[in-house]
Amino acid sequence: MRKVYSKIESIAGNVITVSAEGVRYGELAEVSSRHGKSLAEVIRLKEDKVSLQVFAGSRGISTGDEVRFLGHPMRVSFSDNLLGRIFDGSGRPRDGGTELVENLIEIGGPSVNPAKRIIPRKMVRTGIPMIDLFNSLVESQKLPIFSVSGEPYNPLLARIAMQAEVDIIILGGMGLKYDDYLFFKDTLEQGGALSRSIFFVHTASDPIVECLLVPDISLAVAERFALKGKRVLVLLTDMTNFADALKEIAITMEQVPSNRGYPGDLYSQLAARYEKAVDFEGAGSITILGVTTMPGDDVTHPIPDNTGYITEGQYYLRNGRIEPFGSLSRLKQMVNKDTRADHRALMDAMIKLYAAYKESLEKKSMGFRMSEWDNKLLKYGAIFEKEMMDLSVNIPLEQALDNGWRILAECFTKEETGLRSDLIAKFWPVK
Amino acid sequence: MTETKGRVVGVNGNMVTVAFDGLVTMNEVAYVVVGEKKLKSEVIRIRGNLADLQVFEITRGIGVNDPVEFTGELLSVRLGPGLLQQIYDGLQNPLPELAEKCGFFLERGVYLSPLSEKKTWAFTPTVKVGDVVQRGDAVGTVPEGIFKHRIMVPFSFLDTYTVKSILPSGDYRITDTVAELVDSKGNIHPITMSFEWPVKRPITAYAERLRPDKPMVTKIRIIDTFIPVALGGTYCIPGPFGAGKTVLQQVTSRNAEVDIVIIAACGERAGEVVDTLKEFPLLIDPRTGRTLMERTVIICNTSSMPVAARESSVYTAVTIAEYYRQMGLHVLLLADSTSRWAQAMREMSGRLEEIPGEEAFPAYLESVIASFYERAGIVRLRDGSIGSVTIGGTVSPAGGNFEEPVTQATLKVVGAFHGLSRERSDARKYPAIHPLESWSKYKGSVNKEMTEYGRDILFRGNDVAQMMKVVGEEGTSLEDYIVYLKSEFLDDVYLQQDSFDPVDAAVSTERQQYVYNLIFDVLSTIFNLESKEEARKYFNQLRQKFRDWNGTEWESEEFAGKEKEIRTLIAEKKKGTEELALEILKKVSGS
Repeated sequence: MRKVYSKIESIAGNVITVSAEGVRYGELAEVSSRHGKSLAEVIRLKEDKVSLQVFAGSRGISTGDEVRFLGHPMRVSFSDNLLGRIFDGSGRPRDGGTELVENLIEIGGPSVNPAKRIIPRKMVRTGIPMIDLFNSLVESQKLPIFSVSGEPYNPLLARIAMQAEVDIIILGGMGLKYDDYLFFKDTLEQGGALSRSIFFVHTASDPIVECLLVPDISLAVAERFALKGKRVLVLLTDMTNFADALKEIAITMEQVPSNRGYPGDLYSQLAARYEKAVDFEGAGSITILGVTTMPGDDVTHPIPDNTGYITEGQYYLRNGRIEPFGSLSRLKQMVNKDTRADHRALMDAMIKLYAAYKESLEKKSMGFRMSEWDNKLLKYGAIFEKEMMDLSVNIPLEQALDNGWRILAECFTKEETGLRSDLIAKFWPVK
Repeated sequence: MTETKGRVVGVNGNMVTVAFDGLVTMNEVAYVVVGEKKLKSEVIRIRGNLADLQVFEITRGIGVNDPVEFTGELLSVRLGPGLLQQIYDGLQNPLPELAEKCGFFLERGVYLSPLSEKKTWAFTPTVKVGDVVQRGDAVGTVPEGIFKHRIMVPFSFLDTYTVKSILPSGDYRITDTVAELVDSKGNIHPITMSFEWPVKRPITAYAERLRPDKPMVTKIRIIDTFIPVALGGTYCIPGPFGAGKTVLQQVTSRNAEVDIVIIAACGERAGEVVDTLKEFPLLIDPRTGRTLMERTVIICNTSSMPVAARESSVYTAVTIAEYYRQMGLHVLLLADSTSRWAQAMREMSGRLEEIPGEEAFPAYLESVIASFYERAGIVRLRDGSIGSVTIGGTVSPAGGNFEEPVTQATLKVVGAFHGLSRERSDARKYPAIHPLESWSKYKGSVNKEMTEYGRDILFRGNDVAQMMKVVGEEGTSLEDYIVYLKSEFLDDVYLQQDSFDPVDAAVSTERQQYVYNLIFDVLSTIFNLESKEEARKYFNQLRQKFRDWNGTEWESEEFAGKEKEIRTLIAEKKKGTEELALEILKKVSGS
């Protein structure tokens, strides 16, 4: 029986301090107050002073409340019984079902040995040309959707989840609006995917500390399924809330802030989560698709900035479309060489021309006369936006490629495309 | 282990505070004992009887009163034959062996020998009994791949020594004593084929440091021709995310004309290391006919691995680089990314509650960065051979803003700056090195005046492009418009390079010189073009032909054929040549 401590010496923010012995760094404790029980995690040791972060928040905690150390770090139950279930940030059921206690696993485990990783090679087909053709998503990739608040990022996420060929979908919701939570639930239910999904949802009204646990708990479960040979897709929305929770805690802990109030280890903290994306040799894989809302549409804000350096590319969602500029899938080179011979070259050529279209558009808006070339570009840009960028377009990659050639032929002569002659000879549509 | 006893009194993130009795050395290695595990750490501050340690592992589970053991040794790497082809973490733990032992995950507290102690090496002595030697002098060699690995007098031997005994040729293990040396006081020192050296101390066992004046060929046109790097020089690649820093580093690590490449993947994505890891053993280096892996060492401390080890990983890498330089080899160290290394320092500084400098980086950031890059250099060894360490570091500036502290501190000390631009990468212009903002203080392999001429066209073309945004195409004179087209042409067919095309990915110096001559011809030609429309069409044709030419094998029949087509096309519209260009050509042919 472990000792119970009943003198809390300080309460600041969500952090309480007690004097205790034999406590280990990262250990869990249970704090019982008038308002119920909450878990708390040891985040600092100094002589016999133990600082704990209370998951449910410190509101209503009295200096006389009981703290009981559990002797183990944060854990979550892992079994097939998780499938189809919905939990909160500390792993308690949110769907009214029974609490799961068997086969407990630690969360936030060590990282994968780079020598055991393999080169990703399987494309995840989504039916969205801006993804499949221009920035292919690859199994085991970690990729965020950069967007401003108000864009349909959650519907996009749900759509990719439904269409992607994966075994298990894990949704980690952080600071999710209740409506959005219901949206995910309904969409997956209607698509018949709920039975292979697991939700860990922290809603905007839940205690902030639980928000921090969501990625760890989701990824720990994902890792176990992947080791059992499952292909797992983890959706994390919205990582900006996670980073803001980190900031809140860091400031309460009186850490020196580095950039706009965010802690200096923001990069490492985000990386520790995103780097869980992996393809295990001889087992399954984890693919992470996140959402990072950019405060003030500013990509240089510390959260999107640090995220961009960690993830393998990003999709910019703007005005309901995936922007071709800035959007990037770093791993596309791994898969688009094996799709079709023209995939890479066509992708580059079409984007270059679209960039030229943007320039012409700018010139036009400034009132300059349009040259013949400008007019060609304007025509091209309009078709490109309609047939490629619109998110409602849902076609397989091969068809998207064919459409690409058709669009080029409609607008330009062969030389104007800048494509290599051998490809033009093979793929240029004959009228 | 020293006599000093310590016990944990505080834990905060990866910093542990230890109360000790006895002597403690700054930066010595200590082990925190947690149950069965011993966690490696480094002393980073001493105050009274309290020492602050940064732990190179996850600190979960450490409790107050856990014992701490002190070693008295500074953080060191083990040097000897067998370093090549290895994949180490930041503390020189071999990752493949670790994987064999622990499986998929990096288990903490497991430290394996960095070099195989079972493997034997064919030793050939190069000294005889009675010879006088100093630190860094070879006593023998062993073959390591295509290199002659020198077995040297350890660099910590500061005296002059007489060889007392030396083993004859034969197969020995790295732990075998190969020679005995007698110092000036008559003490006998046995030496083996390997020894340790503290990572944060530069190796200076050479005769003299030279000025870097030979180019290091990267086979990337924009670099070799316009912003070259020298053997023994330093350069940095700052750029926002997604601009292609890592691809550029990977391409360089493949194609650079150096003997040995050391890749320090410091705090970046694990996936990127995997590419190198899995591909290098299969890729053949055309210069040696052996796989690229045989000339490579990978130090890999990716972003999710413990932060403290990230800080030491760049030092581990540069120490191994300096070691091979002592054998008269040219070594290239690629550090990706130095910003993550700086951030590791920042995290630790924050935990130590030091007064923060700009953006919370520690005040000593600049001096630490400067002393790291200063470890590069080309040197003459005591036996007259020349070796070099070239350092290329990427910088990941927050928000892509080059004004931030790490970029600025780096720019002060490097010899070349390859700035990547988001604009260029968005427009898929790779490598996205900005040709106007980047600079180099080194000498390249193409005539300087000819490249300056090209750069001038780029500047002028850029001016015209800016102007055209304001006054429109119709407000631009035909002459200016052609300058603009020439600058676009130079950019399209020469500065941009397709790193995924088998031929275009690596362009030899000879080919660069040859092709640039023709480019120079285009740039300096006064064309007989009547209208902007005609000019645009003409340059489109020219671009198309050049691009196809870039894809043909050097000196092949196809190459000659395409070249002829291009020359004909130029001749069709050639009216004359610019004055200035003629003068340059006269000088070039005269010299």
